[in-house]
Amino acid sequence: MSTAAVHQPTAHPENRTAPQEAHVTSTATPAASSTVASAETPAAGSVPPSGPTPRAGSGRAAGRRRLAGAVAKVGPLLAAVAGIVAVWYVVTYLVLSPERRFLLPPLHQVLGTTLGNPLVMGPMLDALWQTVGVALCGLAIAVVLGIGYAVVMVQSGWAERILYPYAVILQTIPILALTPLIGIWMGYGFSARIVVCVIIALFPMIANTLFGLQSASPAAHDLFTLNRATRAQRLFKLQFPAALPSIFTGLRNAAGLSVIGAIVGDFFFQQGSPGIGGLLRTYTLRLNMDSLFMAIILTALFGVAMFSVFAALDRAVIGRWYGRSGA
Amino acid sequence: MTRTLVLDDVTKAFPTGTVALEEVSLSVSAGEFVSVVGPSGCGKSTLLRLASGLDEVSGGDVEVNATSTSYVFQEPTLLEWRSALRNVELVGELRGVPKLERRRRAREALDLVGLSGFEKQHPRQLSGGMRMRVSIARALVAEPDLALFDEPFGALDEITRLRMQTELQSLFALKSFAGLFITHSVSEAVYLSTRVVVMSGRPGRVVADIPVPWGYPRTPELRYEPEFGALVGEVSAALGEHS
Repeated sequence: MSTAAVHQPTAHPENRTAPQEAHVTSTATPAASSTVASAETPAAGSVPPSGPTPRAGSGRAAGRRRLAGAVAKVGPLLAAVAGIVAVWYVVTYLVLSPERRFLLPPLHQVLGTTLGNPLVMGPMLDALWQTVGVALCGLAIAVVLGIGYAVVMVQSGWAERILYPYAVILQTIPILALTPLIGIWMGYGFSARIVVCVIIALFPMIANTLFGLQSASPAAHDLFTLNRATRAQRLFKLQFPAALPSIFTGLRNAAGLSVIGAIVGDFFFQQGSPGIGGLLRTYTLRLNMDSLFMAIILTALFGVAMFSVFAALDRAVIGRWYGRSGA
Repeated sequence: MTRTLVLDDVTKAFPTGTVALEEVSLSVSAGEFVSVVGPSGCGKSTLLRLASGLDEVSGGDVEVNATSTSYVFQEPTLLEWRSALRNVELVGELRGVPKLERRRRAREALDLVGLSGFEKQHPRQLSGGMRMRVSIARALVAEPDLALFDEPFGALDEITRLRMQTELQSLFALKSFAGLFITHSVSEAVYLSTRVVVMSGRPGRVVADIPVPWGYPRTPELRYEPEFGALVGEVSAALGEHS
């Protein structure tokens, strides 16, 4: 005789009833994008899939393939850079008259007067390094705060309704309006610049994490409910793993914004040691065009590097996560 | 015989005023596999949600005499980031089964549904039929006394679907849980079940309860027998009168 049990009303996971407004800046859901269905359903007890097929051919062929792959990856980027440089030279020599050429000095002149001159490059790299530090600290704090805030919000419908407006307000106040105030309140040092950075990078972390945490299907929630999962089990075994792709999307956006935030902070807070943003302003005021362009190039490279690192991290982690290893 | 699931005069009305089920009485005993067929929107899935405790009844009683109940959803509902093995293990994880034990049971369950060798594959590396097999393995791993199926084969192609039916009835013959299976396919219901319950359109009521005479395991060729066809006709007629 098995034990008798009359069903008691089981509480719904509250987050399922939470309103799901479209409040997501940009989100990728690789899970839904395409399902790689094998061509045929193998019969019961059929042969397990073989490992990677042994590649025939010499090492040289493999090397050529690798080279071709690398070219395919880097090629478009190089082409884009070449295009920009080409337009640059066209504007410098064909559009601008010689007396106005200082507005866009040719690239080789920019590189020539700066790269070889430690008196220029030294302070510039120091400043860049400081800005990198601010951006990374700001990003780290934004990630922790953003994920934490979203986790709290997803605990119940009313928590989301109460807390979400603050995130939106944070997002809608222009950072340029807040920055001077932050300087007055907090001084013009490292911490004030980090605060600017956090404010600007926080929202995409919150919005994407929240969207991700809510992305698990109702059926998956039912599965957890039926197995009497605890709140922690539901969070760590269902919602959080389901959110990972969105969290990485948020991270990529936040990384780009943290660079902007750090430079905006530099730009406003001239007192104290200058970041690259501070130098941008100094060069502008002095019409030091060669150094100005070099500083712009450095910040652009920094932004591209941040984005690329997090995009690569995204692909690596999410690929492994969904068993796309080797793909 | 133990009545594993008893629905007694169950009514379900939603806050919107829709009455999904009206005075439905139904019981499933150990060793019985009952299919419910009915027109779409007749509350078949609601019936399952009430039986599992996911939803509450508006009137009547639900009684479950089972230490372990499992539920197979319309979609495989696998966690994309977990391998097949770890998906099946999830149930043990949530219920606090020690790791070695739950892993051994998960391997056995995958073996039972013909997926040995696919333990490490992730859902997106598996075909639709294989994903549903993992889902069934996850349901069986808990050794359920009561297994609930919510149109699990509805999204599969015909060939895969027939094969899954054959496998499911042989698993039933092996495990003899009490099964409640929702479907809109009359031949699927007849092929799988010891009894077919026919429901009317909204609000859903039980309009016929037709026993199926054959024992288990059943051969795929049973589907071509004249008696099988006659029974499918009988169920279809009951369905046609009330939809």
